[in-house]
Amino acid sequence: MSILVIAEHDNQTLKSATLHALAAATQIGGDVDLLVAGSDCQSVAAEAAAIPGVRKVLVADAPAYGHHLAENVSRLVADLAEGYGYLLTPSTTTGKDFMPRVAAHLVVEQISDVMAVVGPDTFRRPIYAGNAIATVQSSDPIKVMTVRTTSFEAVETSGGSATIESLSQVFEASGTRFVSEALVQSDRPELTSARVVISGGRGLGSADNFAHLYELADKLGAAVGASRAAVDAGYVPNDMQVGQTGKVVAPELYIAVGISGAIQHLAGMKESKVIVAINNDPDAPIFQVADYGLVADLFTALPELIESL
Amino acid sequence: MKVLVAVKRVIDYNVKVRVKPDHSNVDLANVKMSINPFCEIAVEEAVRLKESGAASEVVVVSIGPKSVQDQIRAAMAMGADRGIWIETAETDLGALSIARLLAQVVRDEQPGLVLLGKQSIDSDNNQTGQMLAAMLDYPQATFASKLTVTGDEAEVTREIDGGLQTLALKLPAVVTTDLRLNEPRYIKLPDIMKAKRKPLAQTSPETLGVTPSAGLKLLSVEPPAERQGGVMVESVAALVDALKNQARVL
Repeated sequence: MSILVIAEHDNQTLKSATLHALAAATQIGGDVDLLVAGSDCQSVAAEAAAIPGVRKVLVADAPAYGHHLAENVSRLVADLAEGYGYLLTPSTTTGKDFMPRVAAHLVVEQISDVMAVVGPDTFRRPIYAGNAIATVQSSDPIKVMTVRTTSFEAVETSGGSATIESLSQVFEASGTRFVSEALVQSDRPELTSARVVISGGRGLGSADNFAHLYELADKLGAAVGASRAAVDAGYVPNDMQVGQTGKVVAPELYIAVGISGAIQHLAGMKESKVIVAINNDPDAPIFQVADYGLVADLFTALPELIESL
Repeated sequence: MKVLVAVKRVIDYNVKVRVKPDHSNVDLANVKMSINPFCEIAVEEAVRLKESGAASEVVVVSIGPKSVQDQIRAAMAMGADRGIWIETAETDLGALSIARLLAQVVRDEQPGLVLLGKQSIDSDNNQTGQMLAAMLDYPQATFASKLTVTGDEAEVTREIDGGLQTLALKLPAVVTTDLRLNEPRYIKLPDIMKAKRKPLAQTSPETLGVTPSAGLKLLSVEPPAERQGGVMVESVAALVDALKNQARVL
């Protein structure tokens, strides 16, 4: 059974989330093709072709796909689906947006947030904010699924030589118009792919105090995240939120500062390899999942930590 | 303009989820159930659209056994005008069947806007709104954090990875709500009394001409792997030492 993975990219570079979805495809087994749908996205196609294990890179390069609108991308993917046993894409906001439309066009169920491949038709996925893990079996002829990126190690990015095939199909819905996009510019690594993540909670007390975290992050080459409480308090923008309703991260080192450890936050970071918690409340639930806990006032501990690195 | 809102009855978000000893599913016996938080945000947004004059009627629909009437009534207490209950024995139909049932309600009711939560906090699928939009060939905007309706167009700001995106959708359209779209109002007792007198129509998959499909087969449900409790360190110096020499992550 061959597999089509739909790539996540920004028309210039391939997003690392794609590499994790490819890892899931590798575990299922079979020929793996990669679809790059975008506008002026040939550099992404070239990058994709170098990934070992990819048989063919399909490129749909048209203005209609430039903003990855679900209406257009889902039509394209459904049109390409014949002959594939599996359609995979990373479980990002883009993947979550268009993939269920693909499933509906094909009249099959979607399996969301796949975290393990148990067999050719059986998969594990988190439910109830990760408080339970379901094993589900699909009897659909085409398995449509989104892949939880933190559950699969990224595949290699060089050494392959896939063929590149251009597609001419253009699907363009008239009812949806792109208006604008405001992406946060940052020199720091992306939250979901960073080796080290430092997150702040309501304990930081203000937006200004996040400066301590940025300083620490720059020393460690880390990404900066936040708890929902810190986002809701207006300290930082929502795209920094780590948790069930925000981003799910699994870095080598996760440092939680001034975060109590609500279930919804733990669901987004408890797969991290090493967890450090710094909090002045010794009873904070975050300490129950932390490998190293430090009960301290963060305003004295943070400068000391920055100083000692 | 009529707004249709779909709501789901789920375990209350404050309840700690427990897996049944036989691992067949989570244990929902004697557990507090509520309207799914994202659906509640959708109801609130619909009611606000009506209060601002952009919408003329708010219709709320739910699918499941008789107990889902509680959530329809709760939505009507928030301000929805009437309810539709699609009676099914199952509480966990697949998203595809749910979307097919809702699509038929949309064809019958012809709303200008369909609002749903981005996902339910039980199955965490994040599928129904998108599937519904595809079946109806409607424009969609998921993860909405801001919604403005002007004439026959809705402008929606979406929370995407890395920032915000704004789309303009020609109505009718499907919009799914994210956390920061609004803060749902508290329901007052007189509103609960008033909601009891609001019309609630009953229908069924047969009446709607939809035969629900089997969906995904749930083989087992397990609790997640527990993390081993760690150690407490006494000082920043001890922490740095542990990270360098024990965990070797620095």
